[in-house]
Amino acid sequence: MNWSAFIVFVILFALVTVVGFWAARWRRGDLSLLEEWGLAGRRFGSFITWFLIGGDLYTAYTFIAVPGLVYGAGVTGFFAVPYTIVVFPILFVVMPRLWSVCQANGYVTPADFVRGRFDSRGLSLAIAITGILATLPYIALQLLGIQVVLEAMGVTGAGIMHDLPLIIAFGILAAYTYTSGLRAPATTAVIKDTLIYITVIVALIVIPARLGGFGHIFAVANTHLLAAPKPASIFLGPKGYWAFATLALGSAFALLMYPHAITGVLASKGQRAIKRNAVFLPLYSILLLFIAMFGYFALAAGIHTKVSSLVVPLLLLKEFPAWFAGFAFAAIAIGALVPASIMSIAASNLWTRNIYKEYFKPTATTADESRVAKLVSLVVKLGAVVFILALPLTYAINLQLLGGIWILQTLPAVLLGLYTRWFHRSALLVGWLVGMVIGTAMAASQGFVSIFPLQVGGLVLPVYAAVWATLANLLVTVVLTWIFNAAKMARGVDATAATQYQDAPASSIGA
Amino acid sequence: MDGKSSRPRSKQWYWLFLLPFIGTLWPPFYAHAHPIVAGFPFLYWYLLVWVVLVGIISAIVFAITG
Repeated sequence: MNWSAFIVFVILFALVTVVGFWAARWRRGDLSLLEEWGLAGRRFGSFITWFLIGGDLYTAYTFIAVPGLVYGAGVTGFFAVPYTIVVFPILFVVMPRLWSVCQANGYVTPADFVRGRFDSRGLSLAIAITGILATLPYIALQLLGIQVVLEAMGVTGAGIMHDLPLIIAFGILAAYTYTSGLRAPATTAVIKDTLIYITVIVALIVIPARLGGFGHIFAVANTHLLAAPKPASIFLGPKGYWAFATLALGSAFALLMYPHAITGVLASKGQRAIKRNAVFLPLYSILLLFIAMFGYFALAAGIHTKVSSLVVPLLLLKEFPAWFAGFAFAAIAIGALVPASIMSIAASNLWTRNIYKEYFKPTATTADESRVAKLVSLVVKLGAVVFILALPLTYAINLQLLGGIWILQTLPAVLLGLYTRWFHRSALLVGWLVGMVIGTAMAASQGFVSIFPLQVGGLVLPVYAAVWATLANLLVTVVLTWIFNAAKMARGVDATAATQYQDAPASSIGA
Repeated sequence: MDGKSSRPRSKQWYWLFLLPFIGTLWPPFYAHAHPIVAGFPFLYWYLLVWVVLVGIISAIVFAITG
């Protein structure tokens, strides 16, 4: 057991716990209202929103999985960089519209919006279920981040003692999310990012100097990658172009459709706060590029492991004194708590608003909503713990991969729905179903790999399965809309008004 | 809605956002090793430059359209 690392880790973890509970008193609001518990009253300015959305995007799973992918597959893993470049223009253009219409109508979830826009309970239910299904494995994978750093510090034991530290960590998270709601991840995100930025900056100063500079690191990494049983490279060849570009594009749109990303956006106090964040959030992408480089650092440092999630912890242990490794591990573990908290809140909001209230208790008051959401946030986290401890890890990873494909199938209704109501609600529902089935089948047929090589004419296009599925979804939606409209099928009533989508005058809303 | 008459024109600045898509989603532009800068093969520092550029483009559009 690495005591000096563990002590630093525990101290930082304790700090986050205190802040998480204190958050309930911060910018005090009536936490028995869902808007306060689940969206913190839509009052976050640019600064806090930056940390909150940053917490959404850059999770412990990112810090563990991206360098792990680079370690094994080389340049392919760097698709995460164009992904986190193009995501911000989309955020800038699309999300202020969503914020505006949701604020005007009191919508808390994307499924609320779809319900109002298309007047369809079925479509709204589909959106809510997709969101919950895509979020649950994502929460479970945050636990992986905590698990690997505990393991790297030598925190081991037999039977229940082995899992106890993880259960305690998640228990604390569950407790402060229950009491403080979205205020908890918003405040703890500030600590998380401080630790992460310090870790990455120190690593960039220290590690390349120890390993002989960036040029040398790239060269050694390339040699190792070429010699691997499944050869890879630090250079992108023409065969990898399609996968690289479509993974980036598909992931960017998928990210903004995730319930936790939408929760982060809706909690901001205005359109200008969101746009300002599109300006400053790319700072995280710089960080991400260097975190991805950790995969090459590990190759150059001679780290040998078959478990890709251990690449970063082993690198940190090898290159840093124990106490600083503990600091970095705390950064990763807290980097798991922040998104896990937002994700569980987002999933609870969906359950409460779009399933519980819609189908089980239409008379639910706002106090009922808040109470149910708090309880569900506990259930969701308990489910994640069971998931990660009782089932093989590959289930969580495969489901998270499928989650990315699934969540993109809500794009026509949620994102395009912000611009047009031309689509027929039944066509959107059928399109969604087709996209879900095709995307799942494509990924499963490849043994849960996200790239599906489709034969188009004489050409084989290896493209992100989510992109194929979304194209099929859109095609079906357009054709059926045309048919249903021609058949004069009822289109329902739009509860939103055109003016609710516009940019507010700069002076009146948001800072 | 005082800004309504000027809005359609100012929204045209949103077209600037096509640049990062073109610049980063077409790998033939940047899937090269050379020129190397500070040890970084072209692809790596090219993408790093785009991270900065996308922030600058957003800042310009934000400043103009508010």
